[in-house]
Amino acid sequence: MKKETAKTLRAFAIELVVYAALVVAYFFLVLHFLGEGLHQLEVRHRYTYAGVAILLIIGQAVVLESVTTLLLRMLRGRSE
Amino acid sequence: MFFPISGAHISPMYLMVTGFLIGVLGGFFGVGGSFIAGPALRAMGLDWNFAVGTDLAHIVGKSVVAAKRHRALGNVDLRLGLIMALGTIGGAEVGAQLIQMLKRAGNVNLVVSIVSIAVYLSISTFMIWESRKTLALRKPMPRGLVKGATAKQDQSAFMHVTRDIQRLKIWPIIKLPTSGVTISLWIILLVAFVGGLFSGFLGGGAGYIRMPSMVYVLGVPTHLAVGTDLFEIIISASYGTFTHAIKGNVDILIALVMHTGAAIGAQIGAISTQYFTGPKIRLAFVPLPLIGAAIVIYTLMTGHKV
Repeated sequence: MKKETAKTLRAFAIELVVYAALVVAYFFLVLHFLGEGLHQLEVRHRYTYAGVAILLIIGQAVVLESVTTLLLRMLRGRSE
Repeated sequence: MFFPISGAHISPMYLMVTGFLIGVLGGFFGVGGSFIAGPALRAMGLDWNFAVGTDLAHIVGKSVVAAKRHRALGNVDLRLGLIMALGTIGGAEVGAQLIQMLKRAGNVNLVVSIVSIAVYLSISTFMIWESRKTLALRKPMPRGLVKGATAKQDQSAFMHVTRDIQRLKIWPIIKLPTSGVTISLWIILLVAFVGGLFSGFLGGGAGYIRMPSMVYVLGVPTHLAVGTDLFEIIISASYGTFTHAIKGNVDILIALVMHTGAAIGAQIGAISTQYFTGPKIRLAFVPLPLIGAAIVIYTLMTGHKV
């Protein structure tokens, strides 16, 4: 039981490190460049901004869910 | 990190950790977690209007992740979620109108505070009583992993009242095979409307009312109530995000950063539900409305928003 718990915790720690690296890269590559464009859109075209905002958050959710699921499968097998 | 839309400087690490904690709570209990996210954003100097709107956007993303995971575990009733979304949106509009009326009367803060404290304390008291009574029953409870069909073997000490509600034959009657419930459409809409009303009136997604209502009034098993509530929140919070965004209350960049933490937290929360039976999830839920009540009491006593 203890061995199983240690294995799960180690897999989770690796998952967090890989995920953190991906997220930091995402901050610098995507969000940093999106900032000014989104600000201009929010100021000039409020309705378009509202639609883009929802698409962005749902899109990110789908991508991150796939990434975390992939990481879970890779590190813990298909038992989850 | 500078966020040009709201003009705020906030540490992305702070946003990610806050998102992670709210994600775990959301995935496990099916709540939006706005009673934590709102004050957490406010504490970083964000105006309340931005805190509310941005929190809603982040809730959309977190609910997508948690609902997808719950769907994989067989915990989402899509039909029920879609019906409830209609009632929630209607209720939220009426709740927002009530707020406007109270604003004009000049006593919005006091009335909303007292109503929210009463609601939070009532929910916690009832859920402590019910879940402890259910856990004390000597009937065999499901053991090990609790998902899919096993999750439907949920028990509740309040089941006799739920069955009486299900026996009300008010046309049209809806069959929900995923949840194993047959009930009048109007009762589903009423439950969703009340949830939406509190959402519009007290702010946030009002999962603290909707999730228990789905269990006790509609008779939906707890695991399915959590998953379906999250699916329903995607629709109602998207609507809320859109209306707040056109009013200039959403900084989507803050929501996107917060969501990177919430995405992994929501997965952990959702997976964790497999290891607990319905009454245990309901008992663990009890502190959430109490935290909400404590925040409101603190605000009332000090005159400061947390």
